[in-house]
Amino acid sequence: MIEAARKSNERALAKLISHVEDRKPGWKDIMKAIYAETGRTCVIGVTGSPGSGKSSLVSEFAKQLGDMGYAIGIIAVDPSSPFSGGAVLGDRIRMRDISTYKNIFIRSMATRGMLGGLCQAARDVVRIMDFAGRDIVIIETVGVGQDEIEVVSASDYVVLVTYPGGGDSVQAIKAGVMEIADIFVVNKCDRDGADVIVSEISAMLDLSTETVEKIPPVIKTSTFTKEGIDKFMEILSEFIQKKEKGLHFQEEHVRQEVMSILETEMVSLIKEKISSDGNMEKELKLILSGKSDPYSVADELIKRVAGI
Amino acid sequence: MGQDSKIRVLVAKPGLDGHERGAHVVAYGLRDEGFEVIYTGLRQTPEQIVSAAVQEDVDVIGLSILSGAHLSLTKKIMEGLKAKGANDVLVTVGGVIPEEDKKTLEEMGVAGVFTSGSKIKDIAALIRTKLGKNA
Repeated sequence: MIEAARKSNERALAKLISHVEDRKPGWKDIMKAIYAETGRTCVIGVTGSPGSGKSSLVSEFAKQLGDMGYAIGIIAVDPSSPFSGGAVLGDRIRMRDISTYKNIFIRSMATRGMLGGLCQAARDVVRIMDFAGRDIVIIETVGVGQDEIEVVSASDYVVLVTYPGGGDSVQAIKAGVMEIADIFVVNKCDRDGADVIVSEISAMLDLSTETVEKIPPVIKTSTFTKEGIDKFMEILSEFIQKKEKGLHFQEEHVRQEVMSILETEMVSLIKEKISSDGNMEKELKLILSGKSDPYSVADELIKRVAGI
Repeated sequence: MGQDSKIRVLVAKPGLDGHERGAHVVAYGLRDEGFEVIYTGLRQTPEQIVSAAVQEDVDVIGLSILSGAHLSLTKKIMEGLKAKGANDVLVTVGGVIPEEDKKTLEEMGVAGVFTSGSKIKDIAALIRTKLGKNA
């Protein structure tokens, strides 16, 4: 499977992704085996509020990058239902134009409600696509929660998409993605009010950034009229060339990745230990009868798992 | 480290019909059954559907066809899957399907035909049984 994926066989690549995403036995050995052959790809994170046109924008620029000869991987993340654990993944609806492009591989991913787990699983999928010869990997996710912000922070470059008409679009930006965006896109600029959003974002950036050189560009685009797409492609190409020259924050990324793996593994270790110890029933009874409290029980369980 | 396996379903509408309601009902119903449903929207070509099924590594394809072209569209999709070595993917067909065509579809390798009035529970049960998965 690994060998076939290396040769960019679509089915083998898809199977490899499932194996790792499902955490089937041996998934970690796969990751260990391919790690040394990764790190080459340029990872672009795209986030923004729901309805801002992320998928259409991704479809547009992936097509152009594909035409330029790059092999593209797209990871489209949508939330799982916290109730049923199921999900409806609909990003492909906006990507129909590129769904049969030979050098574009699209994969939809559900968040699957694992604490910190999405982030690591998405990173793993990036690595697999990287290994399978994708020059550029695009991760698209709804930028509303911490998990999603972590996903895009695993990217080399982050594109934040907003649009006029969503009254809270600037509010959404304030929620923490402001700091990690490398480019701000005001999409659907054929609508009224795009300029207002651009100046609001620019004003906020002026306040929050220390030096002028560090201020990320704010541009207007429309996937409908194609306004601003050329400018956007220009900036993206610069990013990609920088990455090709090796100008990115490798040490910080590796540190984050190790932390992310540790967090996921620790949580599942704790869960395993708890379920093998009788699902906390004894401890819960103590709390309910007033003999203990959740904080002491948590302390006690951590001690037991860590063996200290 | 526990396994976190989900049944993945591609719900697709091939060909020229714009009646999306049924596909939506099935997509949301299967989500509530705990499946991961990839919905690709209207007017997909058989090539697009096969390509999406391969890339998404789905266990099941649910085709929704109300145009009357179910025989030729399904045939093309079955052939496309075979050509990509993905003929182990379960294919089900829903929509307006005359009784006498059900057998023809099944002979093509379709695992189940669900016409109007079918219950989501039955669709989910058939998928789980055929896949031998309980996720």
